Amino acid sequence: MNFLANQVDLSNAVDAPAIWTTLEALPQLPNRLVEWVGFQMNAPAWLATLLGMLVSAAVVVGVFLTCFALVSLVERKTLARIQNRYGPNRVGPWGLFQPVADGIKMLTKEDIVPDKAEKLLHLIAPIMIVIPAVLALGVLPYGKEWVPVNLELGLLFFFAVGAMTELSVFIAGWASGSKFPMLGSLRAISQMVSYELPLLISAIGVIMMTGSMSLPSIVEHQSQYNFGFISNWNIFTPWGLVGGIVFFIACIAEANRCPFDLPEGESEIVAGHMTEYSGFKYALFFMGEYLGLFAISGLFITLFLGGWSAPFAGLEFVPSWLWFFGKLVCVIMTMLWIRGTWMRVRMDQLMRFCWLFLIPLSLLTIPAAGIWRFCGDGFLAGLLGWGVTIPFLIIPYIIITVILNRRLAPATRQYHFAE
Amino acid sequence: MESSANTENATASKPPAEQKWILPGWGLYQGLVVTAKNFIQSYYKKDRLTTVQYPEERAPISPNFRNFPFLVHDGDDADAGLRCTACSICEKSCPPQCIYIVLDRDENGKSKKRPKVFEIDLSVCMNCGICAEVCPFDSIYMDNEFELSKDDRFGDMLYGLDRLVKSTDYHAKIRPEQAAAVAASRKAAAEKKEAAAKAKAERLKKKAEEAKLKKEQEEKGGDAQDDADGTPTPPSEKGDTK
Amino acid sequence: MSRKENILSKPTLETGADEDQLLRVSLGPQHPSTHGVFRMNVALDGETVVSLKPVFGYLHRNHEKIAENIPYLGSMPYTDRLDYLCPLTNNHAYALAVEKLGGIEVPERAEYIRIITSELTRVMNHTVFMGFFLGDLGAWGSALMYAFREREKLFDLFEELTGARMMTNYMRFGGCRNDLPAGWIKKARTFVDGYDAFLDEMESLIVGNEILLARTQNIGQISKERMINAGITGPMLRAAGVPYDIRKVDAYGIYDRFDFKIPYGENGDCYDRMMIRFLEMRESLKILKQAIADIPEGDFVNPKVKSAKFKAKPGEAYGRIEGPKGELGFHLISDGGVNPYRYHVRPPSFVNLTLIEDMCLGLDLADVVVILGSVDIVLGEVDR
Repeated sequence: MNFLANQVDLSNAVDAPAIWTTLEALPQLPNRLVEWVGFQMNAPAWLATLLGMLVSAAVVVGVFLTCFALVSLVERKTLARIQNRYGPNRVGPWGLFQPVADGIKMLTKEDIVPDKAEKLLHLIAPIMIVIPAVLALGVLPYGKEWVPVNLELGLLFFFAVGAMTELSVFIAGWASGSKFPMLGSLRAISQMVSYELPLLISAIGVIMMTGSMSLPSIVEHQSQYNFGFISNWNIFTPWGLVGGIVFFIACIAEANRCPFDLPEGESEIVAGHMTEYSGFKYALFFMGEYLGLFAISGLFITLFLGGWSAPFAGLEFVPSWLWFFGKLVCVIMTMLWIRGTWMRVRMDQLMRFCWLFLIPLSLLTIPAAGIWRFCGDGFLAGLLGWGVTIPFLIIPYIIITVILNRRLAPATRQYHFAE
Repeated sequence: MESSANTENATASKPPAEQKWILPGWGLYQGLVVTAKNFIQSYYKKDRLTTVQYPEERAPISPNFRNFPFLVHDGDDADAGLRCTACSICEKSCPPQCIYIVLDRDENGKSKKRPKVFEIDLSVCMNCGICAEVCPFDSIYMDNEFELSKDDRFGDMLYGLDRLVKSTDYHAKIRPEQAAAVAASRKAAAEKKEAAAKAKAERLKKKAEEAKLKKEQEEKGGDAQDDADGTPTPPSEKGDTK
Repeated sequence: MSRKENILSKPTLETGADEDQLLRVSLGPQHPSTHGVFRMNVALDGETVVSLKPVFGYLHRNHEKIAENIPYLGSMPYTDRLDYLCPLTNNHAYALAVEKLGGIEVPERAEYIRIITSELTRVMNHTVFMGFFLGDLGAWGSALMYAFREREKLFDLFEELTGARMMTNYMRFGGCRNDLPAGWIKKARTFVDGYDAFLDEMESLIVGNEILLARTQNIGQISKERMINAGITGPMLRAAGVPYDIRKVDAYGIYDRFDFKIPYGENGDCYDRMMIRFLEMRESLKILKQAIADIPEGDFVNPKVKSAKFKAKPGEAYGRIEGPKGELGFHLISDGGVNPYRYHVRPPSFVNLTLIEDMCLGLDLADVVVILGSVDIVLGEVDR
């Protein structure tokens, strides 16, 4: 719902300093450079296009590999601080070169392939886990003008590509010819297939509101302001809040992060599908996992947190891609926080949580989004929308959690004291 | 033991009402609050972040801390001032039997009352301190040196006399109280011994003068040498007086 | 337990079913959460355990036979290495057994010191248990690190008192090796007074967590009759509803002078085992506060006893204490020599582990790890 009537265009009101404008254009620099060189050298059009595509891909891969290095360091340091430790601080100032040291260690390690492994599949699996993650990263809008591949059906493409990850995890588990990887891959396949459903269903509300599956237009739709200052992010609507929470939980499960890290549940099945991998192949798994995490968090931001748009009017002078990466950091830090606190759920609880809680809730967001849409625009309509959708969401939620799942509620225990 | 009627419907600290299932996921939020508190406080509270950055800074060692034994020598000359008499009491008491002693003998096979070989195997020693406890000669004590890792698995781990013997000054440095007490008791014992020796010399003089008097007097002289303040009398000294 | 019954009613390995359908996994000896070198040969139907055979002995060090060939005092440092998480209670139990054998009196101050150190050890063990238990549940180390942070404070106290952080070798026959250093009691009091706040924090991190409740409630239940028959003691038995605590039953030492209670539960599942340990820590803190306030002056060791030269008349003695993990007993037989004729340990970890298969059957692989964690074993004690 956008309150177009009340919308005030503030973009001209703030006189953006030159530095911010330059920064806004920074991600385009390699592309512009290639265009300029092509123009100077009178290159044929097809070559210029090809080079432009290659450069766009290189920028995405380069940026996210840097992110991978940084986030692996930040994750270790943050978790360390949560646990009252220092974390890596020996390699370089504040341990900044730790990812380099890790990389060298991984690359120089012996590559062990078990005797009983399917050699070819064992090799393919780690490669296969990186490819879909990179492909999915290609369609996300990172800034106002920074969309590596602007697909009309970007969201569909994202889900289609993202589903490939399951396959590679399963191949890894199967090809290792070992028991713990086997168990891990079985867990992974059932978990990821199940959690794909709430992920998809809760995204439907967003598509309904935007009327498009193109990710840039979804962000465009959210980048307007209600009453002139509150941004029109989907998470600020009743259906969006529920859908966003469901989507976020499903994100964590898709990325195999705590508390849904069953496929690699360290205390139970050693390292799941990665048990029999070492050296560079293990590093690839690690990388694929992180790139997948960036992709799915990026999608969450795009769909519910307004993508590259600023949270309040008057903050647009900050380059849009900085907003995107800032939000990415926040989402990943939240996941780290959760990882540092909660324990892992069991397989049957995981499934029950998905099928009996997340999927009904995500299904509810579809009619709720419909009601919200037909309430129309304007202040009173907004009030009406909240008034109708909130009971519509809360009553079934109470029914689901408190009444239907009551037998799962923890019992209060009695403890006695003997003299 | 009777099971009492004293039943408390509570977990350890909180009143029962708080433990009820108020909101689904309430316990999860509580946990998040705890970890967030730890995360933030680790930046400014010393009792949260207790890690010591080891090679650069070191946690203080308590004066009682013990690690690997060493032998004490008096004076400046490690060879001459060695207190150890190779009596093998520590060798026998050592639970993992990591001490190996060979008594030094002269050409005639007579004991020199000092060890020819005194070896402790660091890789076997479990730093229990029983050797230091049983030693009657105030000779073996527990060191507080703990950075003992070595390159060589065999030769370097076997500590011979050259690496085991340390001065009384070192002992006084690492354990001032214990060293002072030992020094005092040794001084007292030495004075006593001196006095006894003097008495003995006088007696011997007397004996020479009053030649062929009663033999019982000699026995009494032996009794006077017993320690009163608990320092064990070395058996060898007892042997001397007989 | 309908789920368990349902699974067990299916044809399984024991009932001569299709063996090819089972996945046989060797959990351990190199497994992240078997608490050392413990191994369980598990047959899985899907992820459901249909048979579980514990295999141990990887850490066997011949403790009992070695003890028969060295003097009585020589075994004292070895007892530190039985349950290396709580060396001082091991020392206490062994000293108690030898004192029974030799009929040795213990001065009052020594008794107080023993109770203070034993209860501190109990607090330490239970705190570390919380950390490891959460680790088994998959919480990524936060609780473990908090527990270790507190354990460091206790280690500092132990280091100052005994000279070693873990391998204390502190108790002697008829008392303790050395007196409390100056200012130690003050430090101990500061620690004890501040510990309630830490326990509160730990509880709000753990106790109410819905995932933990779902993972641990009604998991690993065994009836109390079965537990008594199997000889299980300690928090595990009390969680099942039997208020059996040797501190009350025997009132060894001077435990009858202190005002404390024995917490016990009803269900005997993993959650109760954890909660009982929390409640026990609170009770231990009560004992500690009383003991620290009342500790008298006097001898720290019976001056008549020479521990290093201890010899007993022919006879036998069984000394037992309520260790943090259960009944820890030492059985000694003397033939009048310098070495014990027979030396036997009754390790609580080992006995408590005997019902592991019964607790795990019909549950998930993930539950096996939780149940093993809730038993609280130390392999140094299981294998000896």
